[in-house]
Amino acid sequence: MAAAIRARGLEKRYRTVHALRGVDLEVEQGEFFALLGPNGAGKTTFISILAGLVRATAGRAEVMGHDVVTDYREARRRLGVVPQELVFDPFFTVRETLRIQSGYYGLRRNDAWIDELLHHLGLTGKADTNMRRLSGGMKRRVLVAQALVHRPPVIVLDEPTAGVDVELRQSLWAFIRQLNREGHTILLTTHYLEEAETLCERVAMLKDGHIVALDRTEHLLGADSERRLELRLSPARLPEALKGRLIDCDDDRFCLALPDYGELEAMLAALRLEGIQVEELNVTQADLEDVFLRVMRQP
Amino acid sequence: MLGFVTLLQKELLRFWKVMLQTVAAPILTALLYLLIFSHVLEEHVQVYPGVSYTAFLMPGLIMMSVLQNAFANASSSLIQSKITGNIVFVLLPPLSYGEFFLAYLLASMARGLMVGLGVGLVGLVFTDLPLAHPVWMLAFALTASAVFSCIGILAGIWADKFDHLAGIQNFLIVPLTFLSGVFYSIHSLPTFWQTISHWNPVFYMIDGFRHGFFGQSDVSPWLGLAVMLPLVLILSALTLLLLRSGYKLRH
Ligand SMILES: Nc1ncnc2c1ncn2[C@@H]1O[C@H](COP(=O)(O)OP(=O)(O)OP(=O)(O)O)[C@@H](O)[C@H]1O
Ligand SMILES: [Mg+2]
Repeated sequence: MAAAIRARGLEKRYRTVHALRGVDLEVEQGEFFALLGPNGAGKTTFISILAGLVRATAGRAEVMGHDVVTDYREARRRLGVVPQELVFDPFFTVRETLRIQSGYYGLRRNDAWIDELLHHLGLTGKADTNMRRLSGGMKRRVLVAQALVHRPPVIVLDEPTAGVDVELRQSLWAFIRQLNREGHTILLTTHYLEEAETLCERVAMLKDGHIVALDRTEHLLGADSERRLELRLSPARLPEALKGRLIDCDDDRFCLALPDYGELEAMLAALRLEGIQVEELNVTQADLEDVFLRVMRQP
Repeated sequence: MLGFVTLLQKELLRFWKVMLQTVAAPILTALLYLLIFSHVLEEHVQVYPGVSYTAFLMPGLIMMSVLQNAFANASSSLIQSKITGNIVFVLLPPLSYGEFFLAYLLASMARGLMVGLGVGLVGLVFTDLPLAHPVWMLAFALTASAVFSCIGILAGIWADKFDHLAGIQNFLIVPLTFLSGVFYSIHSLPTFWQTISHWNPVFYMIDGFRHGFFGQSDVSPWLGLAVMLPLVLILSALTLLLLRSGYKLRH
Protein backbone atom coordinates (compact mmCIF):
# COMPACT_ATOMS: atom_id res chain seq x y z
CA MET A 1 0.00 0.00 0.00
CA ALA A 2 1.45 3.37 -1.01
CA ALA A 3 2.12 5.88 1.74
CA ALA A 4 -0.38 8.74 1.89
CA ILE A 5 2.49 11.19 1.84
CA ARG A 6 6.10 10.42 1.11
CA ALA A 7 8.93 12.94 0.95
CA ARG A 8 12.52 12.05 0.12
CA GLY A 9 15.37 14.50 0.55
CA LEU A 10 13.08 17.44 0.05
CA GLU A 11 14.91 20.75 -0.22
CA LYS A 12 13.73 24.22 -0.93
CA ARG A 13 15.79 27.33 -1.37
CA TYR A 14 14.15 30.67 -1.85
CA ARG A 15 16.52 33.38 -3.03
CA THR A 16 18.20 33.92 0.32
CA VAL A 17 16.41 31.45 2.57
CA HIS A 18 17.05 27.72 2.85
CA ALA A 19 13.51 26.81 3.91
CA LEU A 20 13.79 23.00 3.74
CA ARG A 21 17.10 21.21 4.18
CA GLY A 22 16.48 17.61 3.24
CA VAL A 23 13.20 16.43 4.69
CA ASP A 24 12.37 12.70 4.72
CA LEU A 25 8.89 11.92 5.89
CA GLU A 26 6.34 9.22 5.42
CA VAL A 27 2.73 9.42 6.53
CA GLU A 28 0.78 6.18 6.29
CA GLN A 29 -2.76 5.96 5.00
CA GLY A 30 -5.30 6.55 7.75
CA GLU A 31 -2.93 8.39 10.07
CA PHE A 32 -3.75 11.57 11.95
CA PHE A 33 -0.41 13.33 11.76
CA ALA A 34 0.87 16.63 13.15
CA LEU A 35 3.62 18.70 11.59
CA LEU A 36 4.78 21.16 14.21
CA GLY A 37 7.42 23.85 14.30
CA PRO A 38 7.97 27.50 15.12
CA ASN A 39 7.21 30.33 12.69
CA GLY A 40 9.37 30.03 9.61
CA ALA A 41 10.31 26.40 10.24
CA GLY A 42 9.18 25.36 6.77
CA LYS A 43 5.77 23.77 7.41
CA THR A 44 3.89 25.75 4.81
CA THR A 45 6.71 25.29 2.33
CA PHE A 46 6.49 21.52 2.81
CA ILE A 47 2.73 21.55 2.29
CA SER A 48 3.03 23.83 -0.73
CA ILE A 49 5.42 21.40 -2.38
CA LEU A 50 2.93 18.57 -1.83
CA ALA A 51 0.21 20.72 -3.38
CA GLY A 52 2.35 21.78 -6.33
CA LEU A 53 2.20 25.46 -5.34
CA VAL A 54 5.95 25.46 -4.82
CA ARG A 55 8.58 23.50 -6.74
CA ALA A 56 11.17 21.70 -4.65
CA THR A 57 14.81 22.60 -5.29
CA ALA A 58 15.80 18.97 -4.76
CA GLY A 59 14.20 15.73 -3.68
CA ARG A 60 10.77 14.39 -4.50
CA ALA A 61 7.34 14.06 -2.96
CA GLU A 62 4.43 11.72 -3.56
CA VAL A 63 0.78 11.72 -2.60
CA MET A 64 -0.73 8.21 -2.49
CA GLY A 65 2.14 7.02 -4.65
CA HIS A 66 1.79 9.74 -7.29
CA ASP A 67 4.72 12.09 -7.83
CA VAL A 68 3.58 15.65 -7.28
CA VAL A 69 5.49 16.93 -10.31
CA THR A 70 5.51 14.21 -12.96
CA ASP A 71 2.10 12.81 -12.06
CA TYR A 72 0.59 16.04 -10.75
CA ARG A 73 -2.97 15.49 -11.88
CA GLU A 74 -3.35 12.19 -10.03
CA ALA A 75 -1.56 13.58 -6.98
CA ARG A 76 -3.76 16.67 -6.84
CA ARG A 77 -6.97 14.68 -7.23
CA ARG A 78 -6.08 12.88 -4.01
CA LEU A 79 -5.10 15.91 -2.00
CA GLY A 80 -7.21 18.54 -0.25
CA VAL A 81 -5.37 21.52 1.17
CA VAL A 82 -6.66 24.17 3.55
CA PRO A 83 -4.21 27.03 2.97
CA GLN A 84 -2.87 29.04 5.86
CA GLU A 85 -3.66 32.40 4.28
CA LEU A 86 -7.24 33.54 4.44
CA VAL A 87 -8.09 33.79 0.75
CA PHE A 88 -11.41 34.04 -1.05
CA ASP A 89 -12.91 35.08 -4.35
CA PRO A 90 -15.06 38.17 -3.75
CA PHE A 91 -17.12 37.61 -6.88
CA PHE A 92 -19.04 34.63 -5.55
CA THR A 93 -21.32 33.36 -2.80
CA VAL A 94 -20.39 30.45 -0.54
CA ARG A 95 -22.38 27.95 -2.56
CA GLU A 96 -21.09 29.25 -5.89
CA THR A 97 -17.55 29.01 -4.54
CA LEU A 98 -18.05 25.38 -3.57
CA ARG A 99 -19.79 24.48 -6.83
CA ILE A 100 -16.98 26.02 -8.85
CA GLN A 101 -14.37 24.23 -6.78
CA SER A 102 -16.23 20.94 -7.34
CA GLY A 103 -16.22 21.61 -11.07
CA TYR A 104 -12.44 22.06 -11.10
CA TYR A 105 -12.21 18.51 -9.80
CA GLY A 106 -14.58 17.25 -12.46
CA LEU A 107 -17.60 16.86 -10.16
CA ARG A 108 -20.83 18.03 -11.69
CA ARG A 109 -23.65 17.32 -9.24
CA ASN A 110 -22.07 17.65 -5.84
CA ASP A 111 -24.77 19.50 -3.93
CA ALA A 112 -25.61 16.70 -1.50
CA TRP A 113 -22.01 16.64 -0.31
CA ILE A 114 -21.77 20.44 -0.39
CA ASP A 115 -24.84 20.63 1.86
CA GLU A 116 -23.27 18.15 4.23
CA LEU A 117 -20.06 20.16 4.35
CA LEU A 118 -22.01 23.36 4.98
CA HIS A 119 -23.87 21.63 7.79
CA HIS A 120 -20.77 20.25 9.50
CA LEU A 121 -19.01 23.59 9.25
CA GLY A 122 -21.96 25.63 10.50
CA LEU A 123 -22.35 27.45 7.20
CA THR A 124 -25.83 26.35 6.16
CA GLY A 125 -27.30 29.78 6.90
CA LYS A 126 -24.56 31.49 4.89
CA ALA A 127 -24.82 29.42 1.72
CA ASP A 128 -26.08 32.31 -0.38
CA THR A 129 -24.02 35.04 1.23
CA ASN A 130 -21.28 36.67 -0.81
CA MET A 131 -17.79 35.71 0.37
CA ARG A 132 -16.97 39.38 0.96
CA ARG A 133 -19.64 39.63 3.62
CA LEU A 134 -18.39 36.74 5.77
CA SER A 135 -16.42 37.24 8.97
CA GLY A 136 -12.81 36.01 9.09
CA GLY A 137 -13.69 32.79 10.90
CA MET A 138 -16.49 32.09 8.43
CA LYS A 139 -14.11 32.54 5.52
CA ARG A 140 -11.77 30.06 7.17
CA ARG A 141 -14.65 27.56 7.34
CA VAL A 142 -15.31 27.98 3.64
CA LEU A 143 -11.64 27.27 2.97
CA VAL A 144 -12.02 24.01 4.85
CA ALA A 145 -15.12 23.14 2.83
CA GLN A 146 -13.32 23.99 -0.41
CA ALA A 147 -10.52 21.60 0.45
CA LEU A 148 -13.03 18.80 0.99
CA VAL A 149 -15.37 19.17 -2.01
CA HIS A 150 -13.72 16.28 -3.83
CA ARG A 151 -13.50 14.01 -0.76
CA PRO A 152 -9.72 13.73 -0.99
CA PRO A 153 -8.14 10.70 0.68
CA VAL A 154 -5.36 12.95 1.98
CA ILE A 155 -6.38 16.12 3.79
CA VAL A 156 -3.81 18.75 4.73
CA LEU A 157 -4.78 21.51 7.12
CA ASP A 158 -2.35 24.41 7.52
CA GLU A 159 -3.38 26.07 10.78
CA PRO A 160 -7.09 25.59 10.21
CA THR A 161 -8.12 26.86 13.65
CA ALA A 162 -6.33 30.21 13.58
CA GLY A 163 -9.03 32.79 14.30
CA VAL A 164 -11.82 30.26 14.67
CA ASP A 165 -14.14 30.33 17.70
CA VAL A 166 -14.27 27.58 20.32
CA GLU A 167 -17.53 26.11 19.16
CA LEU A 168 -16.44 25.69 15.57
CA ARG A 169 -13.03 24.45 16.62
CA GLN A 170 -14.75 21.61 18.43
CA SER A 171 -17.22 20.82 15.68
CA LEU A 172 -14.45 21.10 13.08
CA TRP A 173 -12.30 18.59 14.94
CA ALA A 174 -15.25 16.26 15.46
CA PHE A 175 -15.81 16.36 11.70
CA ILE A 176 -12.16 15.87 10.81
CA ARG A 177 -11.98 12.99 13.29
CA GLN A 178 -14.99 11.40 11.63
CA LEU A 179 -13.30 11.73 8.24
CA ASN A 180 -10.18 10.18 9.73
CA ARG A 181 -12.21 7.26 11.08
CA GLU A 182 -13.67 6.80 7.61
CA GLY A 183 -10.13 6.34 6.34
CA HIS A 184 -8.96 9.80 5.30
CA THR A 185 -5.37 10.62 6.14
CA ILE A 186 -4.96 13.91 7.99
CA LEU A 187 -1.86 16.10 8.10
CA LEU A 188 -2.21 19.06 10.41
CA THR A 189 -0.07 22.02 11.33
CA THR A 190 -1.02 24.12 14.30
CA HIS A 191 0.49 26.32 16.97
CA TYR A 192 -2.11 25.08 19.50
CA LEU A 193 -0.12 22.10 20.70
CA GLU A 194 -2.87 20.69 22.88
CA GLU A 195 -4.88 20.20 19.68
CA ALA A 196 -2.07 18.18 18.18
CA GLU A 197 -1.64 16.26 21.41
CA THR A 198 -5.23 15.14 21.67
CA LEU A 199 -5.83 14.55 17.96
CA CYS A 200 -2.67 13.20 16.43
CA GLU A 201 -1.16 9.76 16.67
CA ARG A 202 2.20 10.86 15.36
CA VAL A 203 4.10 14.09 15.43
CA ALA A 204 6.97 15.51 13.42
CA MET A 205 8.74 18.62 14.59
CA LEU A 206 10.40 20.85 12.08
CA LYS A 207 13.07 23.42 12.90
CA ASP A 208 14.96 25.50 10.35
CA GLY A 209 13.99 23.10 7.60
CA HIS A 210 15.11 19.97 9.46
CA ILE A 211 12.97 17.33 11.09
CA VAL A 212 14.25 17.31 14.67
CA ALA A 213 11.73 14.93 16.21
CA LEU A 214 9.47 12.29 14.73
CA ASP A 215 7.62 9.79 16.86
CA ARG A 216 4.33 8.58 18.17
CA THR A 217 2.73 11.21 20.38
CA GLU A 218 2.78 9.04 23.51
CA HIS A 219 6.47 8.24 23.03
CA LEU A 220 7.27 11.90 22.72
CA LEU A 221 5.36 12.61 25.90
CA GLY A 222 7.65 10.06 27.52
CA ALA A 223 5.01 8.20 29.53
CA ASP A 224 5.64 8.59 33.28
CA SER A 225 9.14 9.91 33.50
CA GLU A 226 7.97 13.46 33.16
CA ARG A 227 5.29 13.48 35.82
CA ARG A 228 5.69 16.28 38.35
CA LEU A 229 4.39 17.24 41.76
CA GLU A 230 3.86 20.95 42.28
CA LEU A 231 3.58 22.13 45.89
CA ARG A 232 3.01 25.40 47.71
CA LEU A 233 4.41 25.04 51.19
CA SER A 234 4.24 26.94 54.48
CA PRO A 235 6.81 27.53 55.70
CA ALA A 236 8.40 27.67 52.26
CA ARG A 237 11.13 25.16 52.87
CA LEU A 238 11.87 21.70 51.54
CA PRO A 239 12.94 18.81 53.80
CA GLU A 240 16.46 17.46 53.14
CA ALA A 241 14.99 14.10 52.12
CA LEU A 242 13.14 15.64 49.15
CA LYS A 243 15.85 17.94 47.85
CA GLY A 244 17.09 15.30 45.44
CA ARG A 245 13.80 15.46 43.58
CA LEU A 246 13.70 19.19 43.13
CA ILE A 247 13.35 20.26 39.51
CA ASP A 248 12.37 23.86 39.86
CA CYS A 249 11.25 26.34 42.50
CA ASP A 250 10.24 29.94 42.99
CA ASP A 251 9.33 31.59 46.31
CA ASP A 252 6.99 29.19 48.08
CA ARG A 253 6.40 26.92 45.10
CA PHE A 254 8.33 23.74 44.55
CA CYS A 255 8.28 21.40 41.61
CA LEU A 256 9.39 17.83 42.28
CA ALA A 257 9.81 14.78 40.08
CA LEU A 258 7.15 12.13 40.67
CA PRO A 259 8.03 9.10 38.57
CA ASP A 260 5.59 6.88 40.47
CA TYR A 261 2.32 7.71 42.25
CA GLY A 262 3.32 5.16 44.91
CA GLU A 263 5.93 7.58 46.23
CA LEU A 264 3.47 10.35 46.90
CA GLU A 265 2.51 9.11 50.35
CA ALA A 266 6.15 8.91 51.52
CA MET A 267 6.81 12.43 50.24
CA LEU A 268 3.85 13.88 52.10
CA ALA A 269 4.96 12.04 55.25
CA ALA A 270 8.39 13.65 54.99
CA LEU A 271 6.72 17.07 54.94
CA ARG A 272 4.47 16.25 57.86
CA LEU A 273 7.47 15.08 59.88
CA GLU A 274 8.99 18.55 59.67
CA GLY A 275 5.71 20.32 60.34
CA ILE A 276 5.49 21.80 56.86
CA GLN A 277 1.98 22.40 55.64
CA VAL A 278 0.86 21.76 52.10
CA GLU A 279 -1.20 24.74 50.93
CA GLU A 280 -1.62 23.69 47.35
CA LEU A 281 -0.88 20.49 45.45
CA ASN A 282 -0.87 19.69 41.76
CA VAL A 283 0.23 16.68 39.81
CA THR A 284 1.18 17.60 36.25
CA GLN A 285 2.32 15.58 33.33
CA ALA A 286 4.64 16.97 30.68
CA ASP A 287 2.52 18.01 27.75
CA LEU A 288 3.44 18.38 24.13
CA GLU A 289 4.21 22.04 24.73
CA ASP A 290 6.96 21.12 27.21
CA VAL A 291 8.34 18.52 24.84
CA PHE A 292 8.18 21.00 21.97
CA LEU A 293 10.04 23.68 23.89
CA ARG A 294 12.67 21.18 25.01
CA VAL A 295 13.21 19.92 21.48
CA MET A 296 13.40 23.43 20.05
CA ARG A 297 15.92 24.52 22.68
CA GLN A 298 18.34 21.76 21.76
CA PRO A 299 21.10 23.15 19.57
CA MET B 1 -12.90 18.45 -19.44
CA LEU B 2 -15.40 19.58 -16.81
CA GLY B 3 -12.55 21.28 -15.00
CA PHE B 4 -11.87 23.37 -18.08
CA VAL B 5 -15.55 24.17 -18.61
CA THR B 6 -15.88 25.25 -14.99
CA LEU B 7 -12.85 27.52 -15.16
CA LEU B 8 -14.16 29.03 -18.37
CA GLN B 9 -17.58 29.61 -16.81
CA LYS B 10 -15.99 31.14 -13.75
CA GLU B 11 -13.92 33.51 -15.87
CA LEU B 12 -16.99 34.48 -17.89
CA LEU B 13 -19.05 35.06 -14.76
CA ARG B 14 -16.27 37.11 -13.28
CA PHE B 15 -16.62 39.85 -15.86
CA TRP B 16 -20.30 39.34 -16.51
CA LYS B 17 -21.14 40.03 -12.87
CA VAL B 18 -19.55 43.46 -13.19
CA MET B 19 -20.51 44.12 -16.80
CA LEU B 20 -21.14 47.78 -16.16
CA GLN B 21 -17.38 48.24 -15.82
CA THR B 22 -16.22 45.47 -18.08
CA VAL B 23 -18.61 45.74 -21.02
CA ALA B 24 -20.78 48.86 -20.82
CA ALA B 25 -17.99 51.30 -19.91
CA PRO B 26 -15.69 50.41 -22.83
CA ILE B 27 -18.62 50.63 -25.24
CA LEU B 28 -19.34 54.12 -23.98
CA THR B 29 -15.67 55.09 -24.39
CA ALA B 30 -15.61 53.89 -27.98
CA LEU B 31 -18.84 55.73 -28.64
CA LEU B 32 -17.30 58.98 -27.42
CA TYR B 33 -14.37 58.52 -29.79
CA LEU B 34 -16.82 57.90 -32.60
CA LEU B 35 -18.89 61.00 -31.88
CA ILE B 36 -15.95 63.34 -31.43
CA PHE B 37 -13.73 62.16 -34.28
CA SER B 38 -16.53 61.80 -36.76
CA HIS B 39 -17.89 65.21 -35.82
CA VAL B 40 -14.50 66.84 -36.34
CA LEU B 41 -13.33 64.94 -39.39
CA GLU B 42 -16.43 63.81 -41.26
CA GLU B 43 -16.32 66.79 -43.63
CA HIS B 44 -12.57 66.70 -44.20
CA VAL B 45 -11.46 63.13 -44.62
CA GLN B 46 -12.44 60.50 -47.06
CA VAL B 47 -10.20 57.45 -47.11
CA TYR B 48 -11.97 55.05 -49.45
CA PRO B 49 -14.23 56.20 -52.24
CA GLY B 50 -17.88 55.96 -51.29
CA VAL B 51 -17.14 55.32 -47.59
CA SER B 52 -17.92 58.08 -45.10
CA TYR B 53 -15.31 58.82 -42.45
CA THR B 54 -17.66 57.73 -39.69
CA ALA B 55 -18.15 54.36 -41.38
CA PHE B 56 -14.39 54.10 -42.01
CA LEU B 57 -13.73 54.76 -38.35
CA MET B 58 -16.12 52.11 -37.07
CA PRO B 59 -14.11 48.92 -37.75
CA GLY B 60 -11.00 50.52 -36.25
CA LEU B 61 -12.86 51.49 -33.10
CA ILE B 62 -14.48 48.07 -32.83
CA MET B 63 -11.12 46.38 -33.21
CA MET B 64 -9.47 48.70 -30.72
CA SER B 65 -12.16 47.86 -28.17
CA VAL B 66 -11.79 44.15 -28.85
CA LEU B 67 -8.04 44.27 -28.33
CA GLN B 68 -8.03 46.40 -25.22
CA ASN B 69 -10.73 44.35 -23.52
CA ALA B 70 -9.28 40.98 -24.44
CA PHE B 71 -6.02 42.16 -22.92
CA ALA B 72 -7.68 43.67 -19.86
CA ASN B 73 -9.73 40.59 -19.04
CA ALA B 74 -7.01 37.98 -18.67
CA SER B 75 -4.44 40.34 -17.23
CA SER B 76 -6.68 41.85 -14.57
CA SER B 77 -8.23 38.53 -13.61
CA LEU B 78 -4.80 36.96 -13.10
CA ILE B 79 -3.26 39.86 -11.24
CA GLN B 80 -6.30 40.14 -8.96
CA SER B 81 -6.12 36.45 -8.15
CA LYS B 82 -2.41 36.67 -7.52
CA ILE B 83 -2.65 39.70 -5.28
CA THR B 84 -5.61 38.43 -3.26
CA GLY B 85 -4.10 34.94 -3.18
CA ASN B 86 -7.20 33.18 -4.48
CA ILE B 87 -5.17 31.97 -7.46
CA VAL B 88 -4.54 28.89 -5.26
CA PHE B 89 -8.10 27.78 -5.98
CA VAL B 90 -7.15 27.16 -9.60
CA LEU B 91 -3.60 25.99 -8.86
CA LEU B 92 -4.62 23.26 -6.42
CA PRO B 93 -7.04 21.28 -8.64
CA PRO B 94 -5.85 18.83 -11.29
CA LEU B 95 -6.29 21.26 -14.20
CA SER B 96 -3.78 20.77 -16.99
CA TYR B 97 -1.78 23.67 -18.41
CA GLY B 98 -3.74 23.44 -21.62
CA GLU B 99 -7.09 23.64 -19.82
CA PHE B 100 -5.87 26.59 -17.80
CA PHE B 101 -4.65 28.39 -20.92
CA LEU B 102 -7.75 27.73 -23.00
CA ALA B 103 -10.14 28.83 -20.27
CA TYR B 104 -8.43 32.19 -19.77
CA LEU B 105 -7.96 32.60 -23.52
CA LEU B 106 -11.58 31.95 -24.45
CA ALA B 107 -13.02 34.04 -21.63
CA SER B 108 -10.85 36.99 -22.63
CA MET B 109 -11.72 36.59 -26.29
CA ALA B 110 -15.38 36.46 -25.30
CA ARG B 111 -15.17 39.73 -23.42
CA GLY B 112 -13.25 41.41 -26.23
CA LEU B 113 -15.70 40.23 -28.87
CA MET B 114 -18.69 41.09 -26.74
CA VAL B 115 -17.50 44.66 -26.30
CA GLY B 116 -16.67 44.81 -30.01
CA LEU B 117 -20.14 43.64 -30.92
CA GLY B 118 -21.63 46.20 -28.57
CA VAL B 119 -19.61 49.02 -30.14
CA GLY B 120 -20.67 47.83 -33.59
CA LEU B 121 -24.37 47.68 -32.73
CA VAL B 122 -24.41 51.07 -31.04
CA GLY B 123 -22.40 52.48 -33.94
CA LEU B 124 -25.10 51.42 -36.38
CA VAL B 125 -27.27 54.11 -34.88
CA PHE B 126 -24.89 56.69 -36.28
CA THR B 127 -23.81 55.26 -39.58
CA ASP B 128 -24.49 52.51 -42.06
CA LEU B 129 -21.89 49.80 -42.19
CA PRO B 130 -21.63 47.37 -45.10
CA LEU B 131 -20.39 43.84 -44.46
CA ALA B 132 -18.62 42.83 -47.65
CA HIS B 133 -16.78 39.73 -46.42
CA PRO B 134 -18.13 38.42 -43.10
CA VAL B 135 -15.60 35.57 -43.12
CA TRP B 136 -12.63 37.96 -43.26
CA MET B 137 -14.25 40.08 -40.61
CA LEU B 138 -14.61 37.07 -38.31
CA ALA B 139 -11.16 35.69 -39.10
CA PHE B 140 -9.50 38.93 -38.00
CA ALA B 141 -11.78 39.40 -35.00
CA LEU B 142 -10.93 35.93 -33.73
CA THR B 143 -7.19 35.93 -34.39
CA ALA B 144 -6.70 39.48 -33.13
CA SER B 145 -8.63 38.86 -29.92
CA ALA B 146 -6.66 35.64 -29.42
CA VAL B 147 -3.36 37.51 -29.77
CA PHE B 148 -4.30 40.13 -27.20
CA SER B 149 -5.77 37.54 -24.84
CA CYS B 150 -2.42 35.76 -24.94
CA ILE B 151 -0.61 39.00 -24.26
CA GLY B 152 -3.04 39.58 -21.39
CA ILE B 153 -2.31 36.16 -19.91
CA LEU B 154 1.43 36.66 -20.27
CA ALA B 155 1.22 40.10 -18.69
CA GLY B 156 -0.98 38.79 -15.87
CA ILE B 157 1.49 36.03 -15.10
CA TRP B 158 4.48 38.36 -15.24
CA ALA B 159 3.12 41.38 -13.37
CA ASP B 160 3.42 41.62 -9.60
CA LYS B 161 1.17 44.63 -9.18
CA PHE B 162 -1.38 46.69 -11.06
CA ASP B 163 1.28 49.30 -11.90
CA HIS B 164 3.08 46.77 -14.06
CA LEU B 165 -0.10 46.18 -16.06
CA ALA B 166 -0.73 49.89 -16.37
CA GLY B 167 2.81 50.15 -17.75
CA ILE B 168 2.14 47.57 -20.43
CA GLN B 169 -1.17 49.19 -21.20
CA ASN B 170 0.30 52.66 -21.56
CA PHE B 171 3.61 51.88 -23.24
CA LEU B 172 2.66 48.95 -25.45
CA ILE B 173 -1.05 48.44 -26.02
CA VAL B 174 -2.16 52.06 -26.45
CA PRO B 175 0.72 53.12 -28.75
CA LEU B 176 0.36 49.98 -30.85
CA THR B 177 -3.35 50.51 -31.33
CA PHE B 178 -3.23 54.26 -31.88
CA LEU B 179 -0.38 53.99 -34.39
CA SER B 180 -2.06 51.26 -36.38
CA GLY B 181 -4.55 53.16 -38.46
CA VAL B 182 -7.61 53.14 -36.23
CA PHE B 183 -8.28 56.77 -37.14
CA TYR B 184 -6.66 56.99 -40.56
CA SER B 185 -5.33 55.00 -43.49
CA ILE B 186 -1.59 54.54 -43.33
CA HIS B 187 -1.45 55.63 -46.97
CA SER B 188 -1.98 59.14 -45.67
CA LEU B 189 1.31 58.89 -43.73
CA PRO B 190 4.82 59.81 -44.89
CA THR B 191 6.66 56.80 -46.35
CA PHE B 192 8.89 56.42 -43.31
CA TRP B 193 5.90 56.01 -40.98
CA GLN B 194 4.21 53.70 -43.46
CA THR B 195 7.22 51.39 -43.25
CA ILE B 196 7.17 51.53 -39.47
CA SER B 197 3.46 50.73 -39.44
CA HIS B 198 4.08 47.59 -41.43
CA TRP B 199 6.00 46.25 -38.42
CA ASN B 200 3.02 46.84 -36.16
CA PRO B 201 0.89 43.69 -35.95
CA VAL B 202 -2.13 45.73 -34.91
CA PHE B 203 -2.04 47.42 -38.30
CA TYR B 204 -2.81 44.07 -39.97
CA MET B 205 -5.58 43.34 -37.49
CA ILE B 206 -7.39 46.58 -38.21
CA ASP B 207 -6.66 46.61 -41.91
CA GLY B 208 -7.87 43.05 -42.38
CA PHE B 209 -10.91 43.62 -40.19
CA ARG B 210 -11.78 46.69 -42.24
CA HIS B 211 -11.47 44.64 -45.40
CA GLY B 212 -14.23 42.43 -43.99
CA PHE B 213 -16.57 45.42 -44.00
CA PHE B 214 -15.62 47.42 -47.07
CA GLY B 215 -13.82 44.92 -49.28
CA GLN B 216 -11.03 47.52 -49.49
CA SER B 217 -7.87 47.72 -47.46
CA ASP B 218 -4.31 49.01 -47.43
CA VAL B 219 -2.78 45.56 -47.85
CA SER B 220 -4.17 42.22 -48.90
CA PRO B 221 -6.08 40.39 -46.15
CA TRP B 222 -4.11 37.28 -47.07
CA LEU B 223 -0.94 39.04 -46.04
CA GLY B 224 -2.70 40.03 -42.83
CA LEU B 225 -3.69 36.45 -42.17
CA ALA B 226 -0.14 35.33 -42.87
CA VAL B 227 0.97 37.65 -40.09
CA MET B 228 -1.83 36.76 -37.67
CA LEU B 229 -1.77 32.98 -37.71
CA PRO B 230 1.92 32.56 -36.82
CA LEU B 231 1.49 35.26 -34.20
CA VAL B 232 -1.36 33.36 -32.54
CA LEU B 233 0.63 30.14 -32.63
CA ILE B 234 3.84 31.62 -31.29
CA LEU B 235 2.13 33.49 -28.45
CA SER B 236 0.04 30.43 -27.51
CA ALA B 237 3.12 28.25 -27.43
CA LEU B 238 4.97 30.82 -25.36
CA THR B 239 2.10 31.09 -22.88
CA LEU B 240 1.83 27.31 -22.57
CA LEU B 241 5.55 26.99 -21.97
CA LEU B 242 5.44 29.65 -19.32
CA LEU B 243 2.48 27.98 -17.61
CA ARG B 244 4.24 24.66 -17.71
CA SER B 245 7.38 26.09 -16.20
CA GLY B 246 5.33 27.43 -13.31
CA TYR B 247 6.91 30.86 -13.83
CA LYS B 248 5.67 33.29 -11.13
CA LEU B 249 2.70 31.05 -10.36
CA ARG B 250 4.34 28.04 -8.76
CA HIS B 251 7.36 29.27 -6.84
N1 LIG C 1 7.80 32.99 -1.26
C1 LIG C 1 8.85 33.05 -0.42
N2 LIG C 1 9.95 33.74 -0.77
C2 LIG C 1 11.02 33.80 0.05
N3 LIG C 1 11.08 33.19 1.24
C3 LIG C 1 10.02 32.48 1.65
C4 LIG C 1 8.84 32.37 0.83
N4 LIG C 1 7.94 31.61 1.48
C5 LIG C 1 8.53 31.26 2.65
N5 LIG C 1 9.77 31.78 2.75
C6 LIG C 1 10.71 31.58 3.87
O1 LIG C 1 10.86 30.21 4.07
C7 LIG C 1 10.93 29.93 5.45
C8 LIG C 1 9.86 28.90 5.80
O2 LIG C 1 8.59 29.50 5.67
P1 LIG C 1 7.23 28.71 5.90
O3 LIG C 1 6.12 29.59 5.47
O4 LIG C 1 7.33 27.39 5.26
O5 LIG C 1 7.23 28.56 7.48
P2 LIG C 1 6.09 27.95 8.42
O6 LIG C 1 6.72 26.84 9.17
O7 LIG C 1 4.86 27.65 7.67
O8 LIG C 1 5.85 29.17 9.41
P3 LIG C 1 4.48 29.67 10.12
O9 LIG C 1 4.32 28.87 11.35
O10 LIG C 1 4.80 31.10 10.44
O11 LIG C 1 3.37 29.52 9.16
C9 LIG C 1 10.78 31.24 6.17
O12 LIG C 1 12.07 31.67 6.53
C10 LIG C 1 10.18 32.14 5.16
O13 LIG C 1 10.60 33.45 5.36
MG1 LIG D 1 2.99 28.32 7.70
